[in-house]
Amino acid sequence: MSTGLHFTNVGRAPWHRRGFFASQTFYVAVAFALIALGMAILSPIFLSGGNLYNISKNFSFVAIVALGVTLVIVTGGIDLSVGSTMALVALVTVMTLNAVAGRFSGLPGLALGAALCAGLATSLAIGLINGVLVAKVGLSPFVTTLGMLSIARGLCYVITDGRGQAPQGDDAELLYSLADGQLLGLPMPVVYLLVLAGLLGLVLHHSAWGRHLFAIGGNERAARLCGVRVDAVKISAYVLSALAAGFAGVLMAGWLGSVPANLAFGYELRIIAASVIGGANLAGGAGGPLGAVLGSALIEVIRNGLVLGKVSPYWQDTLIGLIIILAVLVDRLRARRAG
Amino acid sequence: MALLQLRDIGKEFGAIRALGGVDLTLHRGEVLGLMGDNGAGKSTLVRIMAGNFRPSHGTMHFNGRPVEFHRPADARDAGIEVVYQDLALADNLTAAANVFLGRELRRGVWPFRLLDHAAMQQRAAELFQELKSETRPGDLVRQMSGGQRQAVAIARTRLADARLVIMDEPTAAISVRQVHEVLDLIQRLRDRGIAVILISHRMPDVFTVCDRVAVMRRGRKVADKPIGQTSPEEITGLITGALEVA
Ligand SMILES: Nc1ncnc2c1ncn2[C@@H]1O[C@H](COP(=O)(O)OP(=O)(O)O)[C@@H](O)[C@H]1O
Ligand SMILES: [Mg+2]
Repeated sequence: MSTGLHFTNVGRAPWHRRGFFASQTFYVAVAFALIALGMAILSPIFLSGGNLYNISKNFSFVAIVALGVTLVIVTGGIDLSVGSTMALVALVTVMTLNAVAGRFSGLPGLALGAALCAGLATSLAIGLINGVLVAKVGLSPFVTTLGMLSIARGLCYVITDGRGQAPQGDDAELLYSLADGQLLGLPMPVVYLLVLAGLLGLVLHHSAWGRHLFAIGGNERAARLCGVRVDAVKISAYVLSALAAGFAGVLMAGWLGSVPANLAFGYELRIIAASVIGGANLAGGAGGPLGAVLGSALIEVIRNGLVLGKVSPYWQDTLIGLIIILAVLVDRLRARRAG
Repeated sequence: MALLQLRDIGKEFGAIRALGGVDLTLHRGEVLGLMGDNGAGKSTLVRIMAGNFRPSHGTMHFNGRPVEFHRPADARDAGIEVVYQDLALADNLTAAANVFLGRELRRGVWPFRLLDHAAMQQRAAELFQELKSETRPGDLVRQMSGGQRQAVAIARTRLADARLVIMDEPTAAISVRQVHEVLDLIQRLRDRGIAVILISHRMPDVFTVCDRVAVMRRGRKVADKPIGQTSPEEITGLITGALEVA
């Protein structure tokens, strides 16, 4: 835009050194495209409709949660409790559905509605407890959410006695179609992911709340001095993270057709890895939905590649770890070059 | 009627007494130089007036009314703008985003109130131009020079109709030309009836723009006199403690 200002001594970085093109998210997008291209050439199965459908569905669960975790990471925090939250919310939802099954016969959807409300309340409670302990009490995000990881997983076993729970009743079919159906040829989880990612991008970059999230991650003290309601914004990030996890957990329940007490066990690491690979900075102040989606997609494509290449699945975690370090390394090198 | 009246303001941090019984009066359009050695308590006094924290004891009147600021936004709403010593900038945001941090311009109706990027860029550009600073509103603060960062922090004070602007060492890290612009701005603020408290170690700055100078030493105010009735030598003596009181 023209401001009428004349600059004599302030240079401007060339286009490839600023904005999106200089971000880690951009590098990961390029890496993703190259890997996908390589796999398309090496394996005829990769681009087949069935395989792409499976990849996109599998990575959606992780990506939806990564969207929420990215918010927490942007504030400079971390949420380790998302894997357990997925399981606990899925279990509470399914068990409520089963408990009220048959009570609302003739009123389709009501039982599922009640079950989803119970799941929603569980998500809210977990997010609020995390957020208040971090923002108001001042506990470390790492320790707080590590504790919540254990509490929520423990509750999964307490309420189920360790037995898996399968949705029953008339509304079970409704849950399956909402979680595992299709819209315009896309699997439902992908549809939810695209909608949520789009909304989040809009809110992060075009609302005061989003701006405050980045400000807190950049300089929390400055944000406070400038009148940002730091505590409320932080709490909202943890609540949204728990809501995203709960939602993904319910989707997984509908996809699997039953919920084991160890659902999504260890997912927190894959989810945080996806955010970080996509450019979220654990020191706070950077990250976004595009990065979270790309990071999740990259991980899934590599997992898929190993499967198609008949590499032992034991190599997966090792490779994902390497990619995390590589992504952060490339970003560091770039930052050093930019000065 | 005085614009600002502090009575017996004290602040303890645990066992450390940062301020003890400070009285201070400031009138509309008055420019007060606040001087003192490092650790004298200047920034602590600023933070109390800015609502960062409450005094341990003492009262504050602003604009004729007793006030208690619980958070920075309270002081800002009352008409007190502050340039903090560390500038309080978020490095990962643009200059314009920092200028408007906490009071973003938005458009649309709730709940669809979105940031008005264009209006904020435009206004920030005008403010930088007014400060004669070559600062692009869209550039990240991380990539800016000391003078540009200072301009961003000072531009904030021009957003609202302030009655009192407090600047904690605004000229510590900037070039001679920019110091001139800051002093110029202070004079323009005074012409509009806005009071200014300038904290500075630079004797020439204080003697150029201030009407009055107050000196702090070890948490106490040891002098407060019109600029015409003192000299740089006397103030230096008061700061170092060579002179006990004036
Ligand atoms: N948050 C704090 N906690 C503990 N002591 C503090 C704090 N802020 C300031 N102090 C102490 O209060 C005294 C005055 O500090 P300050 O107001 O920053 O001085 P000045 O700005 O004049 O250099 C110093 O001894 C300093 O160490
Ligand atoms: Mg100071």
